[in-house]
Amino acid sequence: MDRGMLTLYVEPADVLETCRQLKSHPDLDFNYLICLSSIDRKEHLEVAYNLRSLNLKHEFCLRTKLSRNDPRVPSVTSLWKAANWHEREAFDLMGIVFEGHPDLRRILLPEDWEGYPLRKDYEYFPADVPDHQGPPDHLLLQLEGSQ
Amino acid sequence: MAIPAPDKSGPALPRGLRTQELTVNMGPQHPSTHGVLRVILTLDGEWVVEAQPDVGYLHRGFEKLGELRTFINGVPATDRWDYLSSMSNNLIYSQAVEELLELEVPERAQYIRVIVCELNRIASHLVFVGTFGLDVGATSPFLYCFRDREKILDLFEEICGVRLTYSYIYPGGVSADTPPSWLGKVDAFCDYLPPMIAEIDELLTGNEIFILRTRNIAIITAEQAINWALSGPMLRASGVKWDLRKERPYQVYDKFQFDIPVGKAGDCLDRYLVRVAEIHQSVKIIKQCLTGIPDGPTKAKLPKTLKPRAGELYTCLESPRGELGLYMVSDGSDTPWRMKIRGPSFINLAIVSEIMPGWKIADAVAILGSTDIVMGEVDR
Repeated sequence: MDRGMLTLYVEPADVLETCRQLKSHPDLDFNYLICLSSIDRKEHLEVAYNLRSLNLKHEFCLRTKLSRNDPRVPSVTSLWKAANWHEREAFDLMGIVFEGHPDLRRILLPEDWEGYPLRKDYEYFPADVPDHQGPPDHLLLQLEGSQ
Repeated sequence: MAIPAPDKSGPALPRGLRTQELTVNMGPQHPSTHGVLRVILTLDGEWVVEAQPDVGYLHRGFEKLGELRTFINGVPATDRWDYLSSMSNNLIYSQAVEELLELEVPERAQYIRVIVCELNRIASHLVFVGTFGLDVGATSPFLYCFRDREKILDLFEEICGVRLTYSYIYPGGVSADTPPSWLGKVDAFCDYLPPMIAEIDELLTGNEIFILRTRNIAIITAEQAINWALSGPMLRASGVKWDLRKERPYQVYDKFQFDIPVGKAGDCLDRYLVRVAEIHQSVKIIKQCLTGIPDGPTKAKLPKTLKPRAGELYTCLESPRGELGLYMVSDGSDTPWRMKIRGPSFINLAIVSEIMPGWKIADAVAILGSTDIVMGEVDR
């Protein structure tokens, strides 16, 4: 328990089966996927599934740890269709690949974007973007008296 | 859920003439897409065969930005998520920080927060009513809604100096106490509003064309709504009685008596009616706040730099669009480690690709309008 949020860590391969149990078991009945977050802990990546049961009124957080080099986890869109866009966003911004997702492509960034911005090692001041504002030098009008 | 099939029973086409499905861009620049939303429609004549929303035109990287700002400095950025209900955004961020710090907020501050959040809910729903009417062709109610919304914005300008992106609710309380006679003005506004809403509602629901364009359009069943994790008026219009102000009360909501309007059919008309009913309930809540508000401080005592214990939590509240949630991870330093914003408009928009096919283009506009999305929250 962390600040009142009941948490369970599972292996990536077990995620789909665990979620199926969580959804279909009558005492658990987690029919509402509130939020699917991707977190970058320096050594590994993590996916957190926040689940809720509207009938039994309880909440739960399922988490799984993934490696940085090849983060793959099964998709849960077959259980909760809400996961569709959540997983696309996690793929877009953190680079986690959801196996079995019907349409895994970038959602917020343009399709040809390279890199995963939410990762802690993302360079957001790349070397090839100039610092100064304004037109390129060959278009700049040379005014008399100025440098 | 019965989707009416396209009517292909006309006379057979002459030989040599063929039909083709057309892919049309309901582009990012469009009067009816409520911001920069692009919907790629595949049409068979006038019937929508496929609808793919393409979002990201307003992506400003708030989740990454949140990692760079301290817990107090991050509040002004939160205004810009759902810019029509900034108070809710400020509140969710402050609530997350307060829960991480395990901080008690003074009661007067909580009452003021509820008053401004409910006023913001009314303002946001007024925008919905006006723009939804405008989308389906009713141009008069739009101006009446905005006239009444101006009165709310004047109240907000008095209390925090800003009309749209307030940054009023800070971790620990609110940024300033109410000016003298402000509460009296809120009371006068609450008396002024209900007959005005009734008149605006009459303009729309008394109009047969409006009813024809919204009744039984894009019905979302309760199971569908739960599976797609809809929230707010979209979920309640489908018959699911779920409101976070009752189920997971935050601030002082557990002290008030109010109803949760729930729809029956889950069509566009129900989504409209639920929001209008919510305006009346918000007026009721504000009235109760005004009678019960205590005196006292409006800010808790905070250290100069806020450094919560390392940990994470998910907190949520009922914004005018649905369940606004924040999954905040703290690593013990003075900036958040990760801030995941669960924007209700983002989730609610996803269902459009499933409910729009099978309807005509004219209905597509009504369906998009009834989801009441704000692109600032979809793209963050």
